[in-house]
Amino acid sequence: MKTLTEADIARIRGEFPILNTSTVKGHPLVYLDNANTSQKPQCVIDALAHYYEQYNANVHRGLYELSELATAAYEGARLRAAQFLNANNECEIIFVKGTTEAINLVAQSYARPLLKAGDEVLITALEHHSNIVPWQLVCEQTGATLRVAPINLQGEVIAEEYEKCLSEKTKIVAMAHISNALGTVNPIANMIAKAHAVGAVTVIDGAQAAPHTPIDVSALNCDFYAFSSHKTYGPTGIGILYGKKALLEAMPPYQGGGEMIQSVTFEKTIYQGLPYKFEAGTQHIEGAIGLKVALDYITHIGFDAINHHEHELLLYATQLAHEHKLRIIGEAKEKASMLSFTLDNIHAHDAATILDHYGVAVRAGHHCAMPVMQFFQVPATLRASFAFYNTKAEIDILFHALGKVREIFK
Amino acid sequence: MNDDLMELYQEVIMEHNRNPRNYGVLANANRAAAGFNPLCGDKINLKLHIDSENKITAVMFEGSGCAISIASASLLTETLRGKTVAEAYTLFEQFHALLTGHPTEGIPLGKLAVFAGVNAFPTRVKCATLAWHTLKAALLNNNTTVSTETGHD
Repeated sequence: MKTLTEADIARIRGEFPILNTSTVKGHPLVYLDNANTSQKPQCVIDALAHYYEQYNANVHRGLYELSELATAAYEGARLRAAQFLNANNECEIIFVKGTTEAINLVAQSYARPLLKAGDEVLITALEHHSNIVPWQLVCEQTGATLRVAPINLQGEVIAEEYEKCLSEKTKIVAMAHISNALGTVNPIANMIAKAHAVGAVTVIDGAQAAPHTPIDVSALNCDFYAFSSHKTYGPTGIGILYGKKALLEAMPPYQGGGEMIQSVTFEKTIYQGLPYKFEAGTQHIEGAIGLKVALDYITHIGFDAINHHEHELLLYATQLAHEHKLRIIGEAKEKASMLSFTLDNIHAHDAATILDHYGVAVRAGHHCAMPVMQFFQVPATLRASFAFYNTKAEIDILFHALGKVREIFK
Repeated sequence: MNDDLMELYQEVIMEHNRNPRNYGVLANANRAAAGFNPLCGDKINLKLHIDSENKITAVMFEGSGCAISIASASLLTETLRGKTVAEAYTLFEQFHALLTGHPTEGIPLGKLAVFAGVNAFPTRVKCATLAWHTLKAALLNNNTTVSTETGHD
């Protein structure tokens, strides 16, 4: 298996300008908030500038070379995303603002016309707000019931309880591939198969998975899969919704406007086919182009190498967390490279303010997953989330700074 | 340690966080409000008793939050006892001005002055003002819940 040597990591870090130029209050930046958003390599930054410097034009409209170049780059990004997810057809790839918009699109365009009173939507207790609230909204609109599959104290969905929640009433199962607050990797292949057995359609929130793990929507056989570019080393403001062609074709548009129509009269509008039916208005063209470069970049490093390095970082940080007697929140057997924890009785926001003074950026708060915090009876946690460019030396700095937090609060 | 950090987490604040004053539920309260910061989950329940001459005779609070918000609530309860409602509004304005870096003259702030250091931490101003917004809600609209994210700062 390909692994990353120290020289590889040093070279990779050299490709992320912010890791080399940024200082925080006189300290080098130690960026451990990757589950929130990742940093961007120079090639992604360059791709955005290159588009504006050399071929900025609207796509699918201009009958001139610049527009053809922009259109080819934009559609090239769609094809790249289809390959990245192993989708059958690039028409199954819809550009959206991000995971949140993708889930809202499915909730409003797929679920809303389908659901009726007595139907059920099943989510898990691990979900963050963007995979809770859109389903609450559509349940309110349709009279359907939202059910929640519970988790155990390790932060894993309890398999038997999940199965008990499934019935012929279940029309939709929406769940995270990887939990953002705890790092739990859900066994989604198995959970999707169980959902299909009762006839439910599956919606997978892949926001935390796409940067860390290869995704094969064909093998998973999921119906919808969503991820965000900005957590995957690409620009903000763009993401991907994958949907099975037959489902997408049967769905009404999410938004109306230009680009998504074939012909418009005041009496009747005929919509475009896939994927344009779901892409009203001028799209985030440079975002799509940047996302393609980001996907090329991480694929080139390779998920085997990424996984191996990130897992080493997680083990190292977990061991130090035990030695320093932190309370780890989320101890699933299958876990992505993030560590959610509390430090004595010190509030996460106080700790984060002090960590910032040592250059260490972590997330502190409820991670947009208030129900998860309620389950573990903590108001907030600190979360250090690691990317392939992080090092054990940075984790040492984190723990040195946590020691300073304790000194101040002793 | 960095000077800003020393200023923020000075002993008075740390001590009030460890041992908050007037913590609990006020039995004879006639004004109350709850404050909530949805960004961090901090919660404050504040109860006051105001006598017939508009004087605050007792204040108590309960809640959970960071050191800054707990110490701020604790010092608020100490400061307000014996003040009139009009003085409480003035203190609110002065406290707010202090935190946003524009200190004004008026009622002596006393121990509240320890929060001047929060000015260097814009993300923490809401922590220090949560109890004060809750106070204002209790005085203006008894028994309401205020959020730091609905038009207050």
